[in-house]
Amino acid sequence: MNGDHHVILRVVAKALIPIISVFGFFVHFHGEYSPGGGFQAGVILAVAIILYSLIFGIAPCMRAITPGFARTVAAFGLFLYAAVGFWALAMGGNFLYYDALFREAPGGHLGQHVGIIVIELGVLAAVAGSMVAIYYAFAGRVSEIRDEDW
Amino acid sequence: MIEFITSLVPADIAAHAPALLIGVPLILAPLAAMMPNGRLAWLISIFATGFSLVMAIVMLAQVRSVEGGAVISYAMGGWLPDAGIEFRIDALNSMILLLVTTIGFLATIFGWPSIKAEIREAKRAMFMSAYLVCFLGLCGVAATGDAFNLFVFLEISSISTYVLVALGATRDRRALPASANYLMMGTIGASFFVVGVGFLYAATGTLNMAELAERLQDAQNNKAVLAGYAFILVGLGLKAAMFPLHQWLPNAYAYSPSFVTMFLAATATKVALYALVRFLFTVFGLEFSFEGSTLVWILMPMGIAAMVACSFQAVFQTDVRRTLAYSSVAQVGYMLLGISIGTAAGVSAGLFHLVNHAVIKGALFMALAGVVLTYKGTTLNDFRGLGRSAPWTMTAFAIAAVSLIGVPLTAGFQSKVALGTALFENGWWWGVAVVMFSSLLAVIYMGRILEAVFFRAPINPNKKRKEAPLLILIPLWILALANIWIGVQGGFVAGLADDAAASLFIGGAR
Repeated sequence: MNGDHHVILRVVAKALIPIISVFGFFVHFHGEYSPGGGFQAGVILAVAIILYSLIFGIAPCMRAITPGFARTVAAFGLFLYAAVGFWALAMGGNFLYYDALFREAPGGHLGQHVGIIVIELGVLAAVAGSMVAIYYAFAGRVSEIRDEDW
Repeated sequence: MIEFITSLVPADIAAHAPALLIGVPLILAPLAAMMPNGRLAWLISIFATGFSLVMAIVMLAQVRSVEGGAVISYAMGGWLPDAGIEFRIDALNSMILLLVTTIGFLATIFGWPSIKAEIREAKRAMFMSAYLVCFLGLCGVAATGDAFNLFVFLEISSISTYVLVALGATRDRRALPASANYLMMGTIGASFFVVGVGFLYAATGTLNMAELAERLQDAQNNKAVLAGYAFILVGLGLKAAMFPLHQWLPNAYAYSPSFVTMFLAATATKVALYALVRFLFTVFGLEFSFEGSTLVWILMPMGIAAMVACSFQAVFQTDVRRTLAYSSVAQVGYMLLGISIGTAAGVSAGLFHLVNHAVIKGALFMALAGVVLTYKGTTLNDFRGLGRSAPWTMTAFAIAAVSLIGVPLTAGFQSKVALGTALFENGWWWGVAVVMFSSLLAVIYMGRILEAVFFRAPINPNKKRKEAPLLILIPLWILALANIWIGVQGGFVAGLADDAAASLFIGGAR
């Protein structure tokens, strides 16, 4: 016994985490054609990060992705979502009216494609950021009552 | 004044007012969260709420430009109703929106000194962001014409409210259980509501409220619709703190940061009550088979129970914040009593009292925030002699207090007279007696506070800073003077309430 019980876990996790991340993006960009989308993709991406911190410890994870960064990503997601709404407004359409984004002639679908992908990117960022931030809030909590005080 | 503000807004912006009302706080909330310090986030919040206020005024002018009240319909994302989400503004919505945005704007201005004292620096930017999200959620509930979208906005506002309440833990650790309790009750309420909406959707195949109202005409005795009705009534009743479902409220109000208490007391339950009125009178309508008996056998007894029981509870509290919280539940009882009459006059009286109570409680809790800021405590003892050491704060407090009791020349008097008249016209003379009795209890519980404030010796007369800062005093006095203004010249607000009730009864929203 050389003290490391988790060598299998580490090796498997190291192999899995990149695959999970790529799968997250697949779910996002394929969400137009198959079940999936920003929410699910955000959860999957967050899972990759949470799995890393479970296996390799929360401190290195927090160094790589700081809690402040996770919160900023979450806020940025909401900002992106609202920004598409205002983009449509600025182009003369209703709030979030994708067809107005590029002022296309009827029959054009570029606005619909770009609009939904950007909106879902916002959802992805918001969900992934919030999931990681919530996880940090629980996992990084310092006990307020010391063990001796019980 | 309304004409002047409306004339300043370009036509392009006015045409998109329903979207901008929600959209501007929506895009500024994440920006506020990313700000390096709380002061910048606060300035952003002032801009966002102020902009929403202007949009609410513009919509009010648009609605009132037509005799009998126009209906503004805004198709979100260009999807036409009833497939898409519709924002539908009529006389009722525009009144509630004006109330929420006005209170929100004044609350934001007043909030800074109180936030600085009660929230840690690292959390202030996030705090303001959560507040903006709560604000836009409440506006969204009031603006939307889609039943499921209403649930979404209700949850947006509620979830941010739980966060805001829990942040009171810096001052008082009991904020944490209060927030957890509120979270559970609020989630149950929201789940009940969404289950009810699900039943309605199953029975009618639409979520648009105006469309629901039409299709429900043919589904009067459908069991799913009846079940949905019950679920929605209980769900929204929980959110609005209807009498036996109000247990979350006193603690949530007593332990959250002063700023949050003030904002919630004046808006959150009001918006939930609006949603209840919307469902009772627009979506289901008086012809609905359950409705008459619901009004008489559920809303009316619960309203009266709240007026009496919670006023009694308010009398026996030693913490001023809890006194006011219980009084809030009692005042919800007045509104429910007015709504339960089921006539245009009754609903109008209920809505009139809703606005007045928001103005009254807003002022009371603002003054309270000033006291917390300078004197730290909120028990009755801490209030002794404040009339001498902080005359400006306490005079405004007293004005709002007599308005709560219902003394002539104040807002509370006007709406109680309207309520009494509506009760008499319907032959419920005993209801007037209950209103009088409950007002008498209000004299006792507010009297205890006023007695301590004005007729006891100050406990710490040598304190240097006694008054609340100017940033608190100005919004406080605006609200206090609004009480007197409504009391002397109630025409404007009473007119809004009358229009709102009329739009419900002649089917203006259909």
